[in-house]
Amino acid sequence: MLRFFLHRLGLLIPTFIGVSIVTFAFIRLIPGDPILMLAGERGMSAERYAELRSLYGYDKPLIVQYFDYAWSALQGDLGTSVVTKRPVIEEFFTLFPATIELAFVAIIIAVAVGIPLGVLAAVKRGSWLDQGLMGVALIGYSMPIFWWGLLLIILFSGILQWTPVSGRISLLYFFPQVTGFMLIDSLLSGQEGAFKSALSHLILPAIVLATIPLAVIARQTRSAMLEVLGEDYVRTARAKGMPPRRVIGLHALRNALIPVITTIGLQVGVLLAGAILTETIFSWPGIGKWMVDSVFKRDYAVVQGGLLLIAGIVMIVNLLVDVAYGLVNPRIRH
Amino acid sequence: MKFSRKILAATALFAAMAMGMPLAAQAKTLVYCSEGSPEGFDPALYTAGTTFDASSKAVYNRLLQFKPGTTELENALAESYDVSDDGLEYTFHLRPGVKFHTTDYFTPTREMNADDVIFSFERQWKEDNPYFSYVEGASWEYFNGMSMPDLLESIEKVDDMTVKFTLTRAEAPFLANLGMDFANILSKEYADKLAEAGNEADLNQKPVGTGPFQFVAYQPDAVIRYKANPDYFRGKQPIDDLVFAITTDTSVRQQKLKAGECQVMPYPNPADIESLKGDDSLQVMEQEGLNVGYLAYNTKMEPFDKPEVRKALNMAINKQAILDVVFQGAGEAAKNPIPPTMWSYDEATEDDAYDPEKAKQMLADAGVENLSMKVWAMPVARPYNPNARRMAELIQEDFSKIGVDVEIVSYEWGEYLERSKAEDRDGAVLLGWTGDNGDPDNFLAVLLGCDAVGGSNRAQWCNEEFNDLITKAKSGTQEERAELYKQAQEVFKREAPWATIAHSVTVMPMSKNVTGYKQDPLGGHAFEGVDITE
Repeated sequence: MLRFFLHRLGLLIPTFIGVSIVTFAFIRLIPGDPILMLAGERGMSAERYAELRSLYGYDKPLIVQYFDYAWSALQGDLGTSVVTKRPVIEEFFTLFPATIELAFVAIIIAVAVGIPLGVLAAVKRGSWLDQGLMGVALIGYSMPIFWWGLLLIILFSGILQWTPVSGRISLLYFFPQVTGFMLIDSLLSGQEGAFKSALSHLILPAIVLATIPLAVIARQTRSAMLEVLGEDYVRTARAKGMPPRRVIGLHALRNALIPVITTIGLQVGVLLAGAILTETIFSWPGIGKWMVDSVFKRDYAVVQGGLLLIAGIVMIVNLLVDVAYGLVNPRIRH
Repeated sequence: MKFSRKILAATALFAAMAMGMPLAAQAKTLVYCSEGSPEGFDPALYTAGTTFDASSKAVYNRLLQFKPGTTELENALAESYDVSDDGLEYTFHLRPGVKFHTTDYFTPTREMNADDVIFSFERQWKEDNPYFSYVEGASWEYFNGMSMPDLLESIEKVDDMTVKFTLTRAEAPFLANLGMDFANILSKEYADKLAEAGNEADLNQKPVGTGPFQFVAYQPDAVIRYKANPDYFRGKQPIDDLVFAITTDTSVRQQKLKAGECQVMPYPNPADIESLKGDDSLQVMEQEGLNVGYLAYNTKMEPFDKPEVRKALNMAINKQAILDVVFQGAGEAAKNPIPPTMWSYDEATEDDAYDPEKAKQMLADAGVENLSMKVWAMPVARPYNPNARRMAELIQEDFSKIGVDVEIVSYEWGEYLERSKAEDRDGAVLLGWTGDNGDPDNFLAVLLGCDAVGGSNRAQWCNEEFNDLITKAKSGTQEERAELYKQAQEVFKREAPWATIAHSVTVMPMSKNVTGYKQDPLGGHAFEGVDITE
């Protein structure tokens, strides 16, 4: 097991180097000079331009810039934002808990709803229920997030007024951040109604973000279940007269879950990508919105540093999923 | 399955526990749905209006400030000032008894004095000031952009409450610079205390000023909290708390305003303005913005070097169609190069009437046939031009009616700004300008002066008569200066280096119970003197 783990860990190093090169190159490939953008219509003299380029280190050859960046990154310094003049790493970790909270609740919704739906569809295979559920899942999978989000805001916040429009908690509540997770902090604050407010703010964006993973998980569960339900041991269990609930829950679902776990692991990337749009619509103060703004402003340090951190997190989660998978299924350890 | 059912049950239980509990008590709070996060809280480091709203407008004061709702200067932290006869020395007498904010991170031991004023400018100017590069990449953009390093000879302390600025040349617009957001007065005592503890960067995170509101907390991308400054030199504000709820999406901002989650919002969607006006719970304020959108010909290239050709093209542009389609009503036709909210604006100017027939004739008289030209369309939306591509298409159609063939070109924004400066540039450029300090010099000299050819003078237009007038107008009283600027506008209209297209109209929807809000022609959002009636 240790060898398996170390092997997977070793694979991360070249991947990480690759990601750092791609992110470094990616933002520089988009046309646009961050200094000219900063100056806008006002413009600046050639001398001033040269002065600022050297201040930010953009006057050095690209290869030198890359190695400077990589060397600092190894020491935990991802540079400073040209726009806010604050360290990238500091900005990232101030905003990251909001994204994690949103993604965590979204994945819980996706799993808690997606797996039962998939099982139901598989058991009632071919029925109107199966076709209906899978049809809805396909729509969910194809839904543009920004449109879906606005639709829910107009319905639930605008017309029905059940949920707030955006933000993380009502502005009436004000307490220090302990963990950065609003649900936990609101409970710790002891302020009446704070938790309810945080929950009601979280629910719509979490549903929007959960939509695509939910559809994927439901469809994956259905096909995995169908495969397992056709296995001999399921037929044997049924023949023995075991109650159908037990056959499905105990024998079939457990085995069907193996590929589903992999799918859930892969959804982490999808969630972080989806978070970018969801956060923008709901003014959710996470890293998604921060990244989008930085791309528009050509804030090199933020884009490359932010992408590197996000990629790192996705890679580590996938590594953990692989390890968990190895624990569940001993055959793949070697 | 069992696991997730447990989580659902627990969540439902928590929710049920929290339900039915009363909300926290409410102070008199104004919530402003701001359009973005501030970059920081030291405005001199930045150039974005969003940052100024959150820092300088709320927390700080300047020696001179713009009278709310106008571009005229009034005394603020300076109680009075004298100007020497040669226009080189400005002596400011500071207002006595002004206190800096007492917060949980700083308690001032003295009142505002000359040291604070000198510190506030020298940190942007003198490399040996410990705060000159206190954050990585500090470039003091506006201080440099307004040419302050060239303009300032020295800043001296005459006594504790008197400061003398000596300039390298007489320049009346200097006073307007002092009203800008980079010219805030910070506490030197606070800065020294931070430096002692090695926490210089806090100057940009936890501001201490003399302004109407004092900073309480900032949660990035979410909310900024302020409370009224009890010791404000103009008296305590009518509201107790000011909250900026950061909401970047326009539609969402609008939903929040309608749902009563905030009382004021900036930048509504032009298409929604009518529906906002129809909402009984809202009031909608409107004002021309301090900007101008224009089409600049290259007056150095044939046939655009002839004023009659430029004039003819101007007459072919149907501005009303542009206002309807591109501005969706939130704009006003421009006839002068400066906006109507600016002093010295020439009301008497007559705009070139839309007359394609006459335009065609004028072109023929000038001997221009089968003209084909490029029109540059900006790749970004700006207040003075929300959709340059669409505007260029409309102009293309208008010009085709007088037999002029137009090719629309565009570049990435940074590239666009750079390439359009070239003196041998091919084609007419769509661009615009938003004023920095409400001084006409900030439009006329920056955009049309001879010194700016090859730079921000996109028409590459150097007219001796015009240039003499605006140079002369750099000194003198406001009345004298206004007269010269009016004459300059006449020359401009006669020579037509641009087609002046539009000034945007800034629209501010807010709840009916908000009183005392004044729209800032300079584009800022300030809440001094604003109240909420029950």
